[in-house]
Amino acid sequence: MDRFIFQLAFFAYIAATAGFLVNIITLRKEVERIATYILGAGLCLHTVSIILRWVYSKHAPLVSFHDVFSFLAWSLCVAFLLFQAGHKLKALGAFVSPVITLFMILSLIHPSEILPLPPALQSYWLPIHASISIISYALLTLSFCISVMYLIQEHQIKKKQLGAIFRRLPSLQVLDTMAEKCLKIGFPLLTLGIITGSIWAEQAWGAYWSWDPKETWSLITWLLYAALLHQRLTVGWRGRKSAYMTIVGYLTLLFTFIGVTYLLPGAHSYAT
Amino acid sequence: MQPKESAKDIVLFGVNHKTAPVEVRERLALTEKECPVRLIFDSLPSCQEVVFLSTCNRVEIIAASSHPEKALQEIKAFCTDQSHLDPVSLSKCSYDHVGQSAIRHVFRVASSLDSMVVGEPQILGQLKDAYRMALKEGCSGQLLNKLMHKAFSVAKRIRTETRIASQAVSISYAAVALAKKIFGDLSGKKAMLIGAGEMAELAAQHLKTNGIEELVVANRTLERAVELAKALDGKAISLQELDDALIETDIVISSTGAPGVIIKKEQVKRIMRPRRHRLLFFIDIAVPRDIDPGVNDIDNVYLFDIDELKEVVEENKAERQKEAVKAERIIEAEVIKFQSWLRSLDVVPIIKGLQEKAELLRQRELARTLKNLKHLSEKDIKAIEKLTQSLVNKLLHDPIMFLKKGSEMDDTEQVLSMISRIFSLNGVGQTVSLEKYMENRGKRAKRATSSKDG
Repeated sequence: MDRFIFQLAFFAYIAATAGFLVNIITLRKEVERIATYILGAGLCLHTVSIILRWVYSKHAPLVSFHDVFSFLAWSLCVAFLLFQAGHKLKALGAFVSPVITLFMILSLIHPSEILPLPPALQSYWLPIHASISIISYALLTLSFCISVMYLIQEHQIKKKQLGAIFRRLPSLQVLDTMAEKCLKIGFPLLTLGIITGSIWAEQAWGAYWSWDPKETWSLITWLLYAALLHQRLTVGWRGRKSAYMTIVGYLTLLFTFIGVTYLLPGAHSYAT
Repeated sequence: MQPKESAKDIVLFGVNHKTAPVEVRERLALTEKECPVRLIFDSLPSCQEVVFLSTCNRVEIIAASSHPEKALQEIKAFCTDQSHLDPVSLSKCSYDHVGQSAIRHVFRVASSLDSMVVGEPQILGQLKDAYRMALKEGCSGQLLNKLMHKAFSVAKRIRTETRIASQAVSISYAAVALAKKIFGDLSGKKAMLIGAGEMAELAAQHLKTNGIEELVVANRTLERAVELAKALDGKAISLQELDDALIETDIVISSTGAPGVIIKKEQVKRIMRPRRHRLLFFIDIAVPRDIDPGVNDIDNVYLFDIDELKEVVEENKAERQKEAVKAERIIEAEVIKFQSWLRSLDVVPIIKGLQEKAELLRQRELARTLKNLKHLSEKDIKAIEKLTQSLVNKLLHDPIMFLKKGSEMDDTEQVLSMISRIFSLNGVGQTVSLEKYMENRGKRAKRATSSKDG
């Protein structure tokens, strides 16, 4: 049942993505509104499927790659809708909705069987640590998308190509401010995710920090984002440099999140 | 039987910036007359409705008439008379439209497709004023009311559905549009004007109306700067203070007559750190250029020179032309809709007359029959009534359907007169619309009648 609803949500996300892409090409406002509603409907379905899965498995569905990507897509969708409710950043949907769909695909291609929870993960810290971390990933994804938009728009203006793309994207300053806003919420959550993980590690394995590859890469990611925020707030870094740095930070984050699990086995290898 | 004098077609006569020189246009503008539309209305016996549009780029008489050809002659005679031009040279530099092409012309004018700068918004307001004037003077009626309202809604539709007016087509507007794409909201931003020049002042003016917080004017001679700053409600500085001022500024418009570069790349690089890398937008409209082109390579600094701005303007103009094609398509569809409405106007009274006549006969015959059939029960009477009703409806159904379809045919006029002759409808049904017509246009109808008599 949860699988069926999950698939329905997936199709709603695809439809919404198509809508946002049509909107950015034709600039028809009503299409964007409809796409947003479809995305919202998909989100409701998705929420139901996650709750059902929680009920069936009797533990927070945040263990396998399937669940983690699903929750990441869900968080990104929530973050996007909340963000748009406040800021109405134009063309953002066309950049974020494909990423949501991509996370859903990544979730779908991983096996979704519910496996018994290994003893090490049986703790109330599991939902806390995992959800905080993934929500921070969602916000950093959002700031990544906005930074990509910034770089595209900045390139258009620098090269004086003031055509269709230029017209469709928001202004530079707005993009920069919005990317920073997402960073300012995402980074503290990332920090909190690492702290809760460390407390949990102490309880489960008796050490706060054991230099497991995942931990090491988390620290590297954290340092990158910390440096970026520091530069922004003290020296006034912004614009292109900051956007590049956001993208580098995000790629590192992706490696920490996915790459480490596949390439460098450790305690965090998701049950696959 | 006095034929009903009701306007049935649109007639238009006019001159515009493409067809006539300003000397001709001003002679037709009737600016010295107190109430031109009244004067025109009273001078044209064949026109039941008149709207007079006079702007600096065009003078047009839009009229609705029962005899379009005659009306056009009257209008031409009137214009010749007023302008003191000979008829040949007037007809050379004017245009006239009747029916569909008049409707199309009005829609195109309202949508600013016929304007000097395609997409400029003023013309719609001017047309609205002209219509309001005609309304006030009682010179507009059913047809022109509908035509004007339709023209306004077509213009609005074109404005929202095409991007005909969304692109800046002058250098100073283009500069402001660019600033908005960089800074988003311009409120709270600071601008600086280096040197004086008409275009720079215009751009500064546009920036101010878009919410710029502060304007600084820098000039080689401080006196001139002070003078200009006063005019633009800004602050004056000398060129020596430029570096410090640049730290605070977001938008720089430069247009000095200096032979060399005034702002160097190194200079801008130096100030980026103190200004905390905030975005900086240079607009260089001076020839030769005031600002080192290399400035554009610095992070968060954007430089547009005069040629680049011109290119933007040219692209926008081309874009407008492209959008105009879309607009023409919308207009074509609306013209057809209006035309079929016009034709349906002729059909409606005939249909109404048919129905009224049939109902009258039905009631009369029913009453006569029932008078002699006193023994019938209530139920029987109802049944007979129903019978007569359905007989009438069935008989009328085909002719009415034919008429409704007929309103889309070309020979409507003949068909209509034929039908009203077959059913001898004169006076029936049409009285209703005639009464209404008399009410609205009492004076006109009376005059038409008396002129017929005389």
